[in-house]
Amino acid sequence: MSATGTINAGYLENLLAGQPQLPTSPLAWLNALRAEAVDRVGALTVPTLRDEEWRFTDISLLTKMSFHPVRTTISLQAADIEHFYIEEATTRLVFVDGVYAPQLSSGIAGSGVTVVNLEAGFTAHAATIEPYLGRLTEFRGNVFAALNTAFLHDAALIVVPRDISVTVPVHLLFIATQKDVVSYPRCLLLAESGSAVTVIEDYVSLQEDAYFTNAVAEIALLDNARVNHIRVQREGAKAFHIANCAVSLAHASNYQSVSVAFGARISRYNLNVQLAEEAECAVDGLALISGRQLADTHTCIDHAKPHAVSHQMHKCIVGGGAHAVFNGKIMVRQGAQRTDSRQSSRNLLLTNKAHVDTKPQLEIFADDVKCTHGATIGQLDSEEVFYLQSRGLSDTAARNMLTYAFGAEIIERIPISSLKCQLEQTVLEQTATQL
Amino acid sequence: MIYPDSKIVLEVRGLCATVNGTEILKGLDLTVRRGEVHAIMGPNGSGKSTFSKILAGHSAYEVTGGSVMFEGQNLFDLAPEERARAGVFLAFQYPIEIPGVINSQFLRLTYNTVQTHRGKEELDPLEFDDYVREKMKLLEMSPDFLERSVNEGFSGGEKKRNEILQMAMLDPRLAILDETDSGLDIDALRIVANGVNQLANKDNAIVLVTHYQRLLNYIVPDYVHVMEAGRIIKTGGKELALELESRGYDWVGVEHKAVAGAVA
Ligand SMILES: Nc1ncnc2c1ncn2[C@@H]1O[C@H](COP(=O)(O)OP(=O)(O)OP(=O)(O)O)[C@@H](O)[C@H]1O
Ligand SMILES: [Mg+2]
Repeated sequence: MSATGTINAGYLENLLAGQPQLPTSPLAWLNALRAEAVDRVGALTVPTLRDEEWRFTDISLLTKMSFHPVRTTISLQAADIEHFYIEEATTRLVFVDGVYAPQLSSGIAGSGVTVVNLEAGFTAHAATIEPYLGRLTEFRGNVFAALNTAFLHDAALIVVPRDISVTVPVHLLFIATQKDVVSYPRCLLLAESGSAVTVIEDYVSLQEDAYFTNAVAEIALLDNARVNHIRVQREGAKAFHIANCAVSLAHASNYQSVSVAFGARISRYNLNVQLAEEAECAVDGLALISGRQLADTHTCIDHAKPHAVSHQMHKCIVGGGAHAVFNGKIMVRQGAQRTDSRQSSRNLLLTNKAHVDTKPQLEIFADDVKCTHGATIGQLDSEEVFYLQSRGLSDTAARNMLTYAFGAEIIERIPISSLKCQLEQTVLEQTATQL
Repeated sequence: MIYPDSKIVLEVRGLCATVNGTEILKGLDLTVRRGEVHAIMGPNGSGKSTFSKILAGHSAYEVTGGSVMFEGQNLFDLAPEERARAGVFLAFQYPIEIPGVINSQFLRLTYNTVQTHRGKEELDPLEFDDYVREKMKLLEMSPDFLERSVNEGFSGGEKKRNEILQMAMLDPRLAILDETDSGLDIDALRIVANGVNQLANKDNAIVLVTHYQRLLNYIVPDYVHVMEAGRIIKTGGKELALELESRGYDWVGVEHKAVAGAVA
C-alpha cells in the first residue's frame, strides 16, 4: 500500500509544483477555495484499478509521465486556429494550453449576456458566481477536480441573465500546443431563470506529443432555463484527457447534451447531472476510438426530486485494440416519484481485439417510476451488410456505411449544422481508415 | 415475352444447396432467356427464397452441387456486390430495416457505385434527386421516403415498393422478385406491377416468386414453374397458375411422382 502511496504522493506533489506561483485573486473566497483544493490534493491519491470507479480504466500510464504547467505561452495567430472555428459560433473564448488568449477571443462583456475570462467577470458577477464556482463539482473527493480547482485562474465564464435567449452559440476552444504540459481548463455556465444558451466545449490540439488536459465544467440552470451543451473531445493521439462536469438543473429547466470523444490516448469524462422537480435532460454520447485508445465515460444522473425526465443514449464504436468504458448510473432518490428515465448503451466492436465494458447502474429508491435501460454489444449485422452488398456496395463500403450510420445517430442530435457536418466527416474518415 | 433466339441470361443445372447441414435445394434446373418473365410458385418451405438468396450470393447457404451460369459466366465466381453490378437484383421477401442509413444517401451510393462499374456516368446529388423522384413517381411513392432510414418503420407494402424503386434505379439484367406482391394492397399491387412492367424489356428477364395468381394478371408470365422440396417439378404456361389456384399443389406432386416412377 505504502509503495503506491508514495508514488502517488510524489506524483501529485510534482503536479502541484507550479501552484504557489498563481497570482492571488482579489476575491478572498476564491483564494480560500484554491487553498482548500490544495489540501484535498494532499489528502487524496491517484485512483487505481482497485477503486470501484476506476476498475476498467488503467491510468498508470499517466502517472509514469511528468507534466508541468505551461511556462511560456505560444502566441498563436488566428490563421493557425481558424480551421477549428465553427461558423455559427461567432462568440468565442480561446484558451491556449489552459491560458486565456484575449487576442483570439471574441467574448461579450458589459450589460446583458456575459462571455468572458473569469477575471473580467469579477466586478459584475463575483457575488453571482460564488455559490457555484467550485461548489457544483465535488472536488473534495476527486483528485483531478481538486487539482483543477487548486489551479483555478483562467476560466470561461458565461452568465445568461433572466429570460434572455442567446441565439449565437458560444464556442469554448481549448487548444493544446505544447508537449509535457498539463492544463486545467475550467468553465462556469450560469443560465438564469428562463434563459437559453448553446455552448460548445471543444478540446483540440496542434501537436501530437503527450500532454495532459484536466478539465472541469460547472453548469447551473435556474428555473425554466434551457442549455444545449455540446462537448467535443478531439485531443491529440498521445494526450491524456480527464474531465469532470457537474450540471445542476433547477425546477423545469432543460439540459440537452451531446458529447463526442474521438481523441486522446486515455480519456475519462465524468458527468454528473442533478435534476430538480420537472427538470428534463437528454444526455447523449459517442466514443469513436481505435488503435490503443481508451475512452471512459462515467455519468451519474441524479433524480433528486419528483417528475423529472432523463433520456440517455451512449454509443461506442471501438476499432483496433481500443477499449471503451461506459458506466451510467441513474439514481432515483426517495420521494422522486413519477421519474421518467431511459438509458441505452449501444456498442459496436469493429475488430476481435476491440473491447467494451458497459455497466448500467440503477439505484431506485422511489416506487412510482418509469425507468428503462438496456445495453448491447455487437458487431455489424451480417444481414445488413449483405443487403447493401446485394445492391452493389463492396463489403468495405457496406461496413463503412453501417458504422457511420451507427455514429451518426448521436451526431445528428447536435443542433449546429456546420459542427454536425464537420463531425460527420470525421466519423466517415475514421471509419474508412479503420476497416 | 418470348423472343426467338434470345440469349440465355440464367442457366441453373442440378443445383443442390444446404443450410446448416440441411439440404434445401435438391437438383434444381431452370433456364431463363432475355425478355422472358418466369413465375415460380410452390408450397411454403419448398426453397424459393433459398434459391433467390443463393443467386444473390447470401453466405448462409452452401452450394453442394450443380452449376449456375449468368450471362455466360459462373455466377459463383462473383461476390454478391459483383453480381449486383453485373445485373443480378433480388427484391427480398423480407427487406430488412437499416436504422441510421438515410434512404436517399443509400440509393445514391448504390446507384453511383453500380453505374461506375458499368462504365457509366455518376450523378451528383442534385441530378440524382431529380432522377430518383422521377422513378418514385412511377411507383407513386412520396418523396418523404427519401429522408427516412432505409425501410425503418416502413409498412410491409412500403418496404416492397422501396425494393422495386431500387430495382428501377439499378436497371438489372435479371430481377428476382421474391413475393413482392405479399403485403401489397389492391391499388399498390397494380402500381407496383405497372412499375415492373415498365422496367421489363427485351434485354432483361424477370423471375417472380409468388403464391397468388392475382399478381400474374398484371405481370403476365411466359412460364410458370412449380417448386417442391427443392426442385422444379412442373413447368407450364400462364394457364398453369390458374390451374394451381383452383386445384392446389397436391396433384402436381402426384403427377411428378408418377412420371418419375415411369421413367425409373
Ligand atoms: N438459415 C436457415 N436455417 C435453417 N433452416 C433454414 C434456413 N433458411 C431456410 N431454411 C429452411 O429451408 C426451407 C426452405 O425455406 P425457404 O425460405 O427457401 O422457403 P420458401 O419456399 O421461400 O417458403 P415461403 O413460401 O414460406 O416463403 C425451409 O424449411 C426453411 O425452414
Ligand atoms: Mg420465401
